[in-house]
Amino acid sequence: MEDRLGEIRGGGPPRRHNARTIAALTGNPGCTRRAVLDSAGADKPALAERLGFPARFGQSRFAITRGNAFEAQVKADGGVELLRLVAERLGVPVPAGATWTDLGGDDDRTARSRAALTAGGDGPALFDHPLLGLDVAGRRVHLEPDLVAARLAGRFHVVEIKSFPVIDGQADPAKVAAAAIQSAVYVLALRELLAAAGRDPELVSHEVVLICPHDFANRPVASLLDVRRQLLVLRRQLARMARVDDLLETLPAGFTADPAADPATLAAALHEVPARYAPDCLAACELAFFCRHEARGQTGALGRPVREALGGVPAVADVLALAEGVRTPEPEQAEAAALLRAAARLRADALAGNPA
Amino acid sequence: MSTLRALARAQAVAAGRAQPVATVRHLHLSDRPLVLVPLALAGEANAPLAVLVGAAPDEARLLVVPQPRNRDQRFAFAAELAGIVLPYLDSFRGVTEAVAVDRGRDVRHRYVDAPQLLVPNPAGITFLRLFGRSTRFRRPDGDHPVYPSVPLLGRWLTFFAERAEQPGSAALLAMTDALTLHWATGQSAVEDLHLPAVLGWLDPPPGSTGAEAALRAEDPALVPPAGPATDPDFDNHRLAPAIEAYAGAEDDPAAYDELAGLLRGQLAPTWELMWRGVGLMRALPPGARVAGRWAGDRDAFTGYAEHVDADGGPQPRRDGAVAAALRLQRLERALTAWAVQRAYDDPLVMAEHRLAGEAFVGEVTLADPKRVDDSGRRPVLRPRIQVVTVEPVPMPVGATLYSPARPGQKATVVFVTPGGDGKTEVVLELSGGMGRGLTAPAGSVPEVGERICLTSLSDGYLPGGVFPTPEETPWTHGGPPEHHDG
Repeated sequence: MEDRLGEIRGGGPPRRHNARTIAALTGNPGCTRRAVLDSAGADKPALAERLGFPARFGQSRFAITRGNAFEAQVKADGGVELLRLVAERLGVPVPAGATWTDLGGDDDRTARSRAALTAGGDGPALFDHPLLGLDVAGRRVHLEPDLVAARLAGRFHVVEIKSFPVIDGQADPAKVAAAAIQSAVYVLALRELLAAAGRDPELVSHEVVLICPHDFANRPVASLLDVRRQLLVLRRQLARMARVDDLLETLPAGFTADPAADPATLAAALHEVPARYAPDCLAACELAFFCRHEARGQTGALGRPVREALGGVPAVADVLALAEGVRTPEPEQAEAAALLRAAARLRADALAGNPA
Repeated sequence: MSTLRALARAQAVAAGRAQPVATVRHLHLSDRPLVLVPLALAGEANAPLAVLVGAAPDEARLLVVPQPRNRDQRFAFAAELAGIVLPYLDSFRGVTEAVAVDRGRDVRHRYVDAPQLLVPNPAGITFLRLFGRSTRFRRPDGDHPVYPSVPLLGRWLTFFAERAEQPGSAALLAMTDALTLHWATGQSAVEDLHLPAVLGWLDPPPGSTGAEAALRAEDPALVPPAGPATDPDFDNHRLAPAIEAYAGAEDDPAAYDELAGLLRGQLAPTWELMWRGVGLMRALPPGARVAGRWAGDRDAFTGYAEHVDADGGPQPRRDGAVAAALRLQRLERALTAWAVQRAYDDPLVMAEHRLAGEAFVGEVTLADPKRVDDSGRRPVLRPRIQVVTVEPVPMPVGATLYSPARPGQKATVVFVTPGGDGKTEVVLELSGGMGRGLTAPAGSVPEVGERICLTSLSDGYLPGGVFPTPEETPWTHGGPPEHHDG
């Protein structure tokens, strides 16, 4: 199977996943094209570029600088401030001190992380840069989060430091949602690490501590995020990707997603694997512009609410033909057709200047 | 999304051009709106980078924060912006009109016109809201003094951002919202947040379709984003070097001009689009109830101007329980009235309600305008009409319906008789809107042959709820506030 996946991505090494890409997998779970490409670890940005639909997921260096500076500030002084913030938010007494273990570095991080995090002990402890792992589509993926795992009162909490502001107790909902699903990836990985060492995975709390700048200043503030729902979604999608052989069976022979292949061949191959394009993909998937182009003339490309309001009829041309009454509807379209005809009649009536 | 609006989107795809979803303009449009196109620095908490602002296409003024992370420069920018916005607001504080209140026993005064702020998109409204939040609590004294105009600007921006939450208010509008309220594009709601793409669908350049124009508008190298977020490539390759050059050149005017020119280049295309949007909106005739809603905006402007004059404090960070309940009720009522009034003003909007079974159109086939009901203590005029319609009539007997043509009149459903030919006969009894006598004035009762729309939507007065004073906040809602949370 690994050979087949390697063949699909064109022989190159699989693209490395991180918490953000794993979190993105949960975005459109019904999309087969995405499941195949992500399972194979295909280089989607290169693919999109080659197909003539480059993705636009650039990051401003201002944002990167600010993010790094805030993180460094929060982690400064052996995490004294961090410890206070986390303890206060969890409602436990602030410990006099905590051990600070930086698991970063080059040599044997996996083993060091495993040893440090599963060693037991109940004392307050902060673990920076742990190296975690998850099985994604039958392959071990290493996660190198910038996060801190905090052990307080015997339980682990994932601590995520983000540089978007919390103003009067509110933050950008889209950014909070993204942070929640990323944190859920870490919770899951940390739980698996403990479980593998024979410890209780429930020692890792489903409540994640999010640390953000407070209002318009740089002072950090901690909030709690319950990621139980995100954990469910994530487990479901990972389980689906674990059954990657089922997915591969549906693929046409010779299917390729090799960025070096001829663009026309690539496009033809991708068209064979059904995508489920929705406008939300534009913010999450590198291939979205390609899929949007392919979905031109489909009601789904206008958004799910539009498609539903049009009776679920997939093609715009069919919608208009049914609305104008120039096509006999299929039996299952009868209801939609009647609605569309009524809508077209009312619309024409009002546009013709007939008073309501 | 109503089926009618969804169908308009489908038609836009097929036609390659946006399609109308309104026949009248549902928003007041000022003769002199203040257009603001803001840009913010990526990664920061709503740090302004630049704004292009002005009340006429040829009056664009560019304000720039050359070091966006510099707090003093940020408040200097706020003071500069206040120097434009506050005189603009004051220019509407000349003439007032008297409005009768308390059934004519008293009068109050309100300004005959009010300011209107226009930004490119909903994110622009959020930018103004947060900029208002970051400035309204500043003080001209103390540790970090600011110009006195800065907190004043903050209060006014907060006022406008709060008005923008109220459905039907036109005090602060996002151009993308205003345009897509009247036209359906052939793209999704997500893509409609991008002003250049919306205008691409509405007004594509000669020889190209709306889809092509919208696609082109998505390339930040060709068309800069409409803000407040900047294009990351622009940040990394052009803005960052220019900011560094300015910082290194120590107030060198040439470096400043370079930076300002760069930012103007990002803002000017959106500025043009804003005024094109204004032009498209102006071409639509206003709906009949637009002036009434604008009067609400004028009331709010007058009220807040008086609050400021009386040295009233800034808006609190968060509403208390009573204030929150009041706000919610006000917004709910405004939302209902906004939906009903648009339907009354616009047959194309009413068509959405007809499709949903909340209204039907038919022809008056019988009318008894002289009918008097004398079963009560004194005789009352209760004309009856019969309307024949081919549309479904799901309203039950006894339901009260209204007609946009005679909004003061109630029509009670007496009989609904479906015919065999797909037509339905509806008999209605009329009350109200016919004077006090036992003879209906001419035109007050629909005549035979008249086409009439009847709807269950009512534009009538909704009585407000009764709320306790903040001091009487019940314990279930946290009890009375202990101190004023300014």
